[in-house]
Amino acid sequence: MAEAGAMDKAASPKSKDWEKLRLFLANGQGVFGLAIVILFFLSALLAPVFATHDPNQLDIPSRLSAPTAEHWLGADQLGRDIYSRVLYGGRVALQVAAIGVSASLTIGLLIGMAAGYGPRWLDNGLLLVLDTIRSFPTIVLALAAVSLLGPSLNLVLSIVIITSIPGYARLARTSTLALKNTEFILAEKSMGSGAIRTLFHHVMPNVVGPLLILAAMDVPVVVTIEAGLSFLGLGVLPPTASWGTILNEGYLVIRSSPWPVIAGGIPLVLTTLGFTLLGEALRDVIDPKLRGMR
Amino acid sequence: MLIYMAKRIGLSALIIVLAIFTLFAMLNAIPGDPVSIALGPRATPEIQAAYAAKMHLDKPIATRFFIFFGNVLSGDLGTDVFSNRSVSLTLLEQLPHTIALAVASIAWAALLGIPIGCLSAVRPNSWLDRVTGVISIGTITVPSFLVSIWAILAFAIHLDLFPVIGAGDEGDLLDQAHHLVLPAFAVGLGWVGYLARMVRASMLEVMGENYIRSAKAFGLRDRTVVYRYALKVAILPTITLIGVGFGVLLSGTVFAEIIFARPGIGKIIYDMVLSRNFPVVQGAVLVTVAMYVFVTLIADLAVSFLDPRVRRSL
Repeated sequence: MAEAGAMDKAASPKSKDWEKLRLFLANGQGVFGLAIVILFFLSALLAPVFATHDPNQLDIPSRLSAPTAEHWLGADQLGRDIYSRVLYGGRVALQVAAIGVSASLTIGLLIGMAAGYGPRWLDNGLLLVLDTIRSFPTIVLALAAVSLLGPSLNLVLSIVIITSIPGYARLARTSTLALKNTEFILAEKSMGSGAIRTLFHHVMPNVVGPLLILAAMDVPVVVTIEAGLSFLGLGVLPPTASWGTILNEGYLVIRSSPWPVIAGGIPLVLTTLGFTLLGEALRDVIDPKLRGMR
Repeated sequence: MLIYMAKRIGLSALIIVLAIFTLFAMLNAIPGDPVSIALGPRATPEIQAAYAAKMHLDKPIATRFFIFFGNVLSGDLGTDVFSNRSVSLTLLEQLPHTIALAVASIAWAALLGIPIGCLSAVRPNSWLDRVTGVISIGTITVPSFLVSIWAILAFAIHLDLFPVIGAGDEGDLLDQAHHLVLPAFAVGLGWVGYLARMVRASMLEVMGENYIRSAKAFGLRDRTVVYRYALKVAILPTITLIGVGFGVLLSGTVFAEIIFARPGIGKIIYDMVLSRNFPVVQGAVLVTVAMYVFVTLIADLAVSFLDPRVRRSL
């Protein structure tokens, strides 16, 4: 009987997925986070639809105005509509998040699997390199790089990718190490499967899950780096609208009008909140063991 | 313990060496002629040649690396391009300000965050736990530079309670403390929630262990059990977290120093980046890396000292 029960469970992986989905939907914070994340994607992708003004259109008479029917979140020092600029700024954030997170996840996954599966010397060498990268505080590394190469969006992206790789690589390495001596991998090897085949067909599917959760939680970090660097004038440069440049320009007029720094900051807080709640809910549903992994 | 210490210290030394190498490689990978970048277009060939000789730019790259490396080890981080002062001296002047800010920030965050974490772990899912949970998430989600900006807006501009610029008059401790409040608030706020959540999670784990059940069975008061016995073990992951998170803390102080125009390592890196004063940037970056490596080393050694199980993991 017990065996039949086990067979039943094994035969219907679908019901397990449904169970997970049900668990997720029961998690109020997670659903709230998901809603914010969807809002983030939609507002960035559909910015031209939702925007009420061209983000760079000047309207000097209403410069530094408080929120009005014309300018929903007020206007900045050149009379540009802050609401529209915030929407377009979301596109920069989305771009950095999408490229930055996917690139660092991929590279981190490859490095981590190589370190975990490869020989001991490779593992030690890669760990040392990862630890060295981690020992540069992100913003300090960014400042040094900007001093050499000048500010640009590509540089921000490179910094984001380089500093995020160690997190993914370490996680992938730990999971690979744990998998390395499991029976199904040993069986696969004894049947003559090469390292590449074993890694990509058998190890990777089992390693990638936790990495995706980490990716969700990494998005706010990445978005904050972009905003922070742009705020310092070292990332995206004006007049391009980004949450960082809105804050940068708003900070200069903070004594005349509080609206630019308030409106430029709130989407940053919301994005962080959304992805953090979503990531934690996903983690609790998919892999409760990962609690406290960061 | 000794073997673990030796290995851990060796690893830190290796990381520093690699960091120095990375920095050297970065500086040598700049496109363009380093002499004309450093001196500008108006320098005569004689000045350029003298500068090249002084900076050993006329020697092969491997030799240059070893000269650079030897200088760094002996504490010589080069000279400021503009003022001709020793970079080490300039940085030594700035360092106390950065350390004061970092320590003040983490101290108030720990004093608040750790008890909050304990309290919510003692009665999980009580109203207190829920309220502190929301507050924790709230403080984590606001990036420190945004806290700085909003704190200036609220406490300096609207309420006019705190000064915004500088670190206060030298010698006047009260004034310096007054200037420290807002930056330390901004840098530490996120840590309150972070530490509270971390302590809560590890506390919940520890509270389920046998020795805690025994302590309770012996009739010890809840307070004694939590603060005397459970916290001792539950605090360990938090120490590691502070160590590893020190880089984040440093990034926070960099932003705070720039926004509040406070003297410090972060401010000097920023100013020197804008004026393209490479030797100072390079020296300051090395100092922050060394600080990070040192703090994580101390944190790891502290944890291994408190919890012998850790020693086997390296």
